[in-house]
Amino acid sequence: MSMASLASADGYGNKVKQIAARYGIYIAFVVMFVFLSLWSPWFLTFDNILNILRQCSINGIIAVGATLVIITGGIDLSVGAIVALAAVSAASVAHPDSYPVIVPILVGLAVGALFGGINGFIIAKGRIAPFIVTLGMMTIVRGGSLVMSDGRPVINLSDEYNTIGGGYLWGVPLPVFLFIAVVLIGAFLLHFCKFGRHVYAVGGNELAAVVSGLNVGRVKMGVYTLAGLFAGFAGIILSSRVMTGSPAAGAGYELDAIAAVVIGGTSLAGGTGAVLGTVIGTLIIGTMNNGLDLLNVSSYFQQIVKGIIIISAVLLDQYTKNSR
Amino acid sequence: MASEWLLEMVGISKSFPGVRALDDVCLRVRAGSVHALIGENGAGKSTLMKVLNGMYRPDVGEIRLRGEPVQINGLKGALDLGISMIYQELNPIPAMTVAENIFIGREPVYGRSGVVNRRKMNADARQLFETLGLAMNPSARLSSLSVAEMQMVEIAKAISFDSEIIVMDEPTSAITDREVEKLFEIIRTLKAANKAVIYISHKMNELFQIADEMTVMRDGRYIDTQLTDKLTTQSLISMMVGRRIDEMFPKEDVPLGEVVLSVDGLTQGDRVRNVSFELRRGEILGIAGLMGAGRTELVETIFGIRKSSAGRIQIGGQPVSIATPRDAIRNRIALVSEDRKLMGLNLRASVKDNISLINLARYCNLGGVIRARQEVEVARRQIDRFKIKVSSYRQIVDTLSGGNQQKVVIAKWILTNPDIIILDEPTRGIDVGAKSEIHKIMVALAREGKAIIMISSELPDFSQEAVMASATGSH
Repeated sequence: MSMASLASADGYGNKVKQIAARYGIYIAFVVMFVFLSLWSPWFLTFDNILNILRQCSINGIIAVGATLVIITGGIDLSVGAIVALAAVSAASVAHPDSYPVIVPILVGLAVGALFGGINGFIIAKGRIAPFIVTLGMMTIVRGGSLVMSDGRPVINLSDEYNTIGGGYLWGVPLPVFLFIAVVLIGAFLLHFCKFGRHVYAVGGNELAAVVSGLNVGRVKMGVYTLAGLFAGFAGIILSSRVMTGSPAAGAGYELDAIAAVVIGGTSLAGGTGAVLGTVIGTLIIGTMNNGLDLLNVSSYFQQIVKGIIIISAVLLDQYTKNSR
Repeated sequence: MASEWLLEMVGISKSFPGVRALDDVCLRVRAGSVHALIGENGAGKSTLMKVLNGMYRPDVGEIRLRGEPVQINGLKGALDLGISMIYQELNPIPAMTVAENIFIGREPVYGRSGVVNRRKMNADARQLFETLGLAMNPSARLSSLSVAEMQMVEIAKAISFDSEIIVMDEPTSAITDREVEKLFEIIRTLKAANKAVIYISHKMNELFQIADEMTVMRDGRYIDTQLTDKLTTQSLISMMVGRRIDEMFPKEDVPLGEVVLSVDGLTQGDRVRNVSFELRRGEILGIAGLMGAGRTELVETIFGIRKSSAGRIQIGGQPVSIATPRDAIRNRIALVSEDRKLMGLNLRASVKDNISLINLARYCNLGGVIRARQEVEVARRQIDRFKIKVSSYRQIVDTLSGGNQQKVVIAKWILTNPDIIILDEPTRGIDVGAKSEIHKIMVALAREGKAIIMISSELPDFSQEAVMASATGSH
């Protein structure tokens, strides 16, 4: 074989690798989507797609917050518990004929932002690892929601409140719109604003950010506050959808959110990543759950598959990065 | 068997996507000699050495040891063939001891138990240090050592393999003159033991001091191999860059203006004691002195990275208090730090994002939304002005060469329009061409009326500076 043909074959292989490295996660999603469409006649129906999107929306909203935190090189384990506390707090002021519906919404958001803010404050001022701070906060907040509700779910919520998570607009579930809104807000902050640029700078090289005169503490407070705020929002939607403010809600949601972020290509080392990747990561998890249901795979087995997919996604990412 | 050469690398080529890193390169090294490998950044020296230590497989070419063709399979394979390497970037494990770092992966054990024989390991390390004439405690943790000491540990480790060929990639970039002398003694001992040393450095004086033969590379190609006696700095540099040196460091006079910075009795820790000086517009103040003499500590104190315990700083005649880098930036001071990867750059971000970071608010509307077009335009202007070689302003900084990374740091700080620019070792680890460009940039800035403080351990850097000062701790 001549040198020229060798070189061009090599160039072709590299091009394929580059494309795989850049769009691997999107390609994986499309392949999965096409496969499920062919396999199951129910998969590619309007109702089922809406169903997937609705199921994705709560995890997706939390995952947008987690994306910001993870890009700074941090982690937030408390968001699942914040979902529960926001759900219980909002539900307790959402009984029929008590307050207008805006009140429980503001209460839920405020509770989320408050505890997220406390996380950020301790991490920034106390210089403690985010893992430790948010692990502690997870227990505190979970305990708080149990104390507040006396361990019992808060029921008997107003119809208006129940519309937030259960309602439809133009035949599409409301949570889907709320998810899209949070994604747009997150993407706008991260990719078009000074704040977002500072988030990347802190995660990429914190010392360089300090030397460049950035207020690193304020950036950290910002991302954890937003993560808490979005978790609070997710708590409102969840409690509204199931018409119950449960102190047990949201258990393990923090890990689903982290999984979506990581599958979406954001590195836990910080400094890289994007909201769009997280959206795809969320959709992959949601589509997979749905697909496995349609294929009659037991929910026990689904957990195993989910774990395998998370690890494979990161392996693929590593492999393509190294071969670059 | 009867080959004149211990090592021959013949017709080596290696391509990466979009780049031909090595193109038909040859290197022949004799036993019992020091062979310098020379070239600008990006000339392919490191790639060639990675082929030698088994990290890369060449596309074409042959490697022969004592005339016998060999296949080098990975780092382990290279070590088994008697090739060890001292890397430019240190990879110490800070929480482990000196001896543990040296013998990692080949710790002496009791019988076949897998339990580490700590006493033997420390004794072996002590003996190694003795033969090398180094005073070092084998059970000290790496984290307690200075960068220079860590470098000496790295050198000792490479030698402990008892290899035939030892590659040293910029071994002196982080050590003081005294340790350089020590290293040269070690190299001479290795030579006497009939080993070969391949030595990579940008420092001319060292090369002429220690090398027997020199091979020059440029743009991934082999240029020439010569005995050191037959070479001069002049001829060597023109081989490296294809130009003459006096065109590269032209001397210029810049008129001085009023005093912009005055430092009086500044003290920080025990490295910076009672330092006073004045700096004028248009002045380039050189701070010489050995590494470890407190130069970096001095400028980091001025910049608010370290807290001073005594002393006053005046800017434009007004006393100022600088407690954080934010304060320094507000007072129009810029710091191009010693370690660009540690403090200067976000390696994971694009050239544009790095350049615009400090004063990003200037390119935003009141709501904090970035005016993207303006930001791109500014980044492009800086890239043009400082001749930064990039494929696009979106290129990730990690993928740039050292010289271009340094220019990104300078472009980033100049964008803040500072009055006082501090450059800490701005030419460290970059090639002659880039050094010359950075010198020209400095002179141009001085001409604009900026005041410049420059720290350097490389004396040729001072050939044309207006003033030379020496800050060796107290002063």
